[in-house]
Amino acid sequence: MTTDSRTIEELATRDYKFGFVTDIEQETFPPGLDEQVVRRLSALKGEPEWMTEWRLRALAHWQTMKEPTWANVRYDPIDYQAISYYAAPRSASGKPRSLDEVDPELLRTYEKLGIPLHERGALAGVAVDAVFDSVSVATTFKARLGEMGIIFCPMSEAIREHPELVRRYLGSVVPPNDNFFAALNSAVFSDGSFVFVPRGVKCPMELSTYFRINARNTGQFERTLIVAEAGASVSYLEGCTAPMRDENQLHAAVVELVALDEASIKYSTVQNWYPGDKDGKGGIYNFVTKRGKCAGRHSKITWTQVETGSAITWKYPSCILQGDDSVGEFYSVAVTNHRQQADTGTKMIHLGKNTRRNIVSKGISAGHGQNTYRGQVKILRAAEGARNFSQCDSMLIGDQCGAHTFPYIDVQNPTAQMEHEASTSKIGEDQIFYCNQRGIDTEDAVSMIVNGFCKEVFRELPMEFAVEAQKLLAVSLEGSVG
Amino acid sequence: MQPATQLEIQDLHASVDGNEILHGVDLKVAAGEVHAIMGPNGSGKSTLAQVLAGKDDYDVSAGRVLYGGRDLLEMSPEERAREGLFLAFQYPVEIPGVSNTYFLRAALNAVRKHRGQSEYDALSFLKLVREKVKLVGLDESLLQRPVNEGFSGGEKKRNEIFHMAVLEPRLCVLDETDSGLDIDALRIVADGVNSLRSPDRAFLVITHYQRLLDYIVPDFVHVLIDGRIVRSGGKELALELEQKGYAWLENEAAAGAGARG
Repeated sequence: MTTDSRTIEELATRDYKFGFVTDIEQETFPPGLDEQVVRRLSALKGEPEWMTEWRLRALAHWQTMKEPTWANVRYDPIDYQAISYYAAPRSASGKPRSLDEVDPELLRTYEKLGIPLHERGALAGVAVDAVFDSVSVATTFKARLGEMGIIFCPMSEAIREHPELVRRYLGSVVPPNDNFFAALNSAVFSDGSFVFVPRGVKCPMELSTYFRINARNTGQFERTLIVAEAGASVSYLEGCTAPMRDENQLHAAVVELVALDEASIKYSTVQNWYPGDKDGKGGIYNFVTKRGKCAGRHSKITWTQVETGSAITWKYPSCILQGDDSVGEFYSVAVTNHRQQADTGTKMIHLGKNTRRNIVSKGISAGHGQNTYRGQVKILRAAEGARNFSQCDSMLIGDQCGAHTFPYIDVQNPTAQMEHEASTSKIGEDQIFYCNQRGIDTEDAVSMIVNGFCKEVFRELPMEFAVEAQKLLAVSLEGSVG
Repeated sequence: MQPATQLEIQDLHASVDGNEILHGVDLKVAAGEVHAIMGPNGSGKSTLAQVLAGKDDYDVSAGRVLYGGRDLLEMSPEERAREGLFLAFQYPVEIPGVSNTYFLRAALNAVRKHRGQSEYDALSFLKLVREKVKLVGLDESLLQRPVNEGFSGGEKKRNEIFHMAVLEPRLCVLDETDSGLDIDALRIVADGVNSLRSPDRAFLVITHYQRLLDYIVPDFVHVLIDGRIVRSGGKELALELEQKGYAWLENEAAAGAGARG
């Protein structure tokens, strides 16, 4: 074991490669949250009265709520009055009209992250919206999408330019009073993406948002809303990174998806927020509410997530299967190394007839990481012929980490078919030795074995991102074998 | 000209969990030679194979092993492999989700990189394996399946020989490759091994039964009993064992140990 433990020591100290800070002039609110802050934020964004009121109602509700404690994660209490609820690159407050007006320093940041904003350099077929701290910086390919009637723009712009759509759908899946973090988000969300795909249109390219937390002591509260009308389809990907900082930072996003008749939405996340150092100092608290509603018949929503970053992850991308014959899918890989904690899973509510749900969750724990799968399946009385398949596999690397599974199943209709499979395995020394004996070193062996373990999830990701996810996984687990 | 010594084991003592299993093994293997190690269950045959490959469950308390003139025991398992030492496992390990081809390309490229050779891309590698796979009569569909997952016992063993054919090692250690094989599978495996025999490649064939040696004819046969090589000879020694069993040598070994004690 001596060779292996040496490798751990060497690699555990490896740096998080996105941990740089961009030196850019910021416009930041002083810390604290009250009605005045919400009003000021809303005014700064030039929002209509109804939006301000919506936020204020959410704030009032939030002030009566308590932070949830049921998740299997531990952290010091968060002082919500010590957080700044708005930070924006100063040059962005004037709202750049085109890429030429975007601060070059900001463009360089995205360049460093491997997200070329310039359309020419962009990955073929991927339209990118980039959110830097609180504001959307640029949306590429906008004109081309516009010709097809697809709206892909920052949420703040959608509120101004498509108020009727936003009003109809915002909060229709995750109501402002849904939970503590969703209420907080509803009060102070700063930006995010809005996607609308009209009836019968198949979006011809991957849509992508890149989230970046840069400023110190700020929270990031994006709000994303995706609506696919009847027969429409869209695939959307979000990526996230943050600088390395010693203090924890809060990220409380809300994502709502609405799929009407025969529409399909595929939402993929590669989350690589800063996880904190090896002793658990710093890192992002990722407290996120993601929910999709299969509102129409034969509609389909697929959540795919690769969660490798964050000090703490609290996230349950869910589906409400309301339309008859609708399908919800959840594919997840969650990695916890060092002192990371993840409590993640999914919730699905079967309302319509013959609704189907497929869940594949892969949890990988290494170092002192704690990984919890929490899943809830609820089949209501009217949901004739509902089917649900859940598979939860956990892999343990080393003997200091933990894997936990909490499946909740509530079936109110006797025609339902439920399957739940769970397994826990330890990455085998025999497997590693077998690889070594063929000439493959331990680090590559671990990454190969883990990637094999996650294959069912990776193949759900768009091609380029599947490759990215595999690399990310290798980096996250470097030096984890002991 | 004498062929170069490939492997030289000198007074090797090895233990697991504090129990000594090898009590001083001496063995010299030259390039191009095939040596068979025979012995009853529990005599230390597999321990010898594992120690040579570098499994860290075993402690070497005395002796040394020279491989191509270098101290083998100082090398990590992957370095030994890259230097051309190959172990065909008695119980090949399953790696779910990793295709056999992908795995083997990673292995071959690690070996080639070590030798300063260029790495294979997916396409040229596929061409190579299509040739090699015929050698062991392995169904091509097994190439895309996860490593050893859902393979039958015989397929696993043939897969090991297939790996060997692709990696082209200098020293091949076959650990009970015949166990669990029916006579047809045995012949296929043996044919594969025979086709890989060459003047610069040595074999250490570990087996309990003489049967395999009908097909892979060794240059030397060594009998390992209670952690020591008690007798060495030509291929006729294997036939003698087949007739007499191991008991007569075990008795001799016990008597010898008594006399020494």
